[in-house]
Amino acid sequence: MKCKQIISELADYLDEALDPILRNTIEVHLEKCKDCRIVVDTTKQTIEIFCNSEPAPLPASTRLRLHEALAKHLRRVRA
Amino acid sequence: MSSSKLDPIEPHPLPSQVVKADEPMLVAAAKAGDIPAFETLVGRYERKIFRLTQNITQNREDAEDAMQEAFLKAFQHLGEFQGNSRFYTWLVRIAVNQALMKLRKRRPNVVSLDEDLDTGEDMMPREVEDWGPSPEQRYEQTELSGILSNMIGELDPQFRVVFQLRDIEELSTEETAETLGLSVPAVKSRLLRARLKLRQKLNQHFRREKTP
Repeated sequence: MKCKQIISELADYLDEALDPILRNTIEVHLEKCKDCRIVVDTTKQTIEIFCNSEPAPLPASTRLRLHEALAKHLRRVRA
Repeated sequence: MSSSKLDPIEPHPLPSQVVKADEPMLVAAAKAGDIPAFETLVGRYERKIFRLTQNITQNREDAEDAMQEAFLKAFQHLGEFQGNSRFYTWLVRIAVNQALMKLRKRRPNVVSLDEDLDTGEDMMPREVEDWGPSPEQRYEQTELSGILSNMIGELDPQFRVVFQLRDIEELSTEETAETLGLSVPAVKSRLLRARLKLRQKLNQHFRREKTP
């Protein structure tokens, strides 16, 4: 397996959506190829960094406008 | 006094996968027209929904409007929520559609999610190096949120929407495809591009940080 093929299978590999034979072939390649290993590890870290990041607090003015709009419209919807 | 015996370590689920026990009750009450119950749900998810609409629209005013419209639409259509998915996943689908409408209105010639993308470009990463300390060790949470949000904003809309749904909101590939009206292979291809582009951006960011 060549490095280019590793990249084309990367999304399914990281999502654990590959069949076991292909997965094993990739892991054999990763054992030998440091560059691919770093790409796989740092791509995995990229997903984790974004996935685990906390959303910033809602700006106070945004929150106020949201709840004013909800207070105004929700009661009308229910009426 | 605290017990000297340590609690066993249990796997720590991702915050986005945690469904609070009272959620089905709140949804049922909101369905029956209980506004305070719905407002509790809004309070629980407003930060995440605003991040989603902000990341997609890249415009503060549009993001606020899309968020408001999403919550109002959710309240109006709560009767259609069958409980087959998490309430949050259902809400995300509404919010992403509102945000995409805003984006298309502002940039009609730029945003076509279903166009064929050229996948012939060489995606082989050129910058390959370990990153060292994790971002959580390098930055304050608020600073990190800003850095990540800017990076997503630099992606083409076709990539950032797929990445937002699949990797931040944690919808499945199939749910992402259904929400965006794309095929599963198209979602996978865009997701791979988005992940590699963001990897590259983080790589460049960390390298700049290392340079004195």
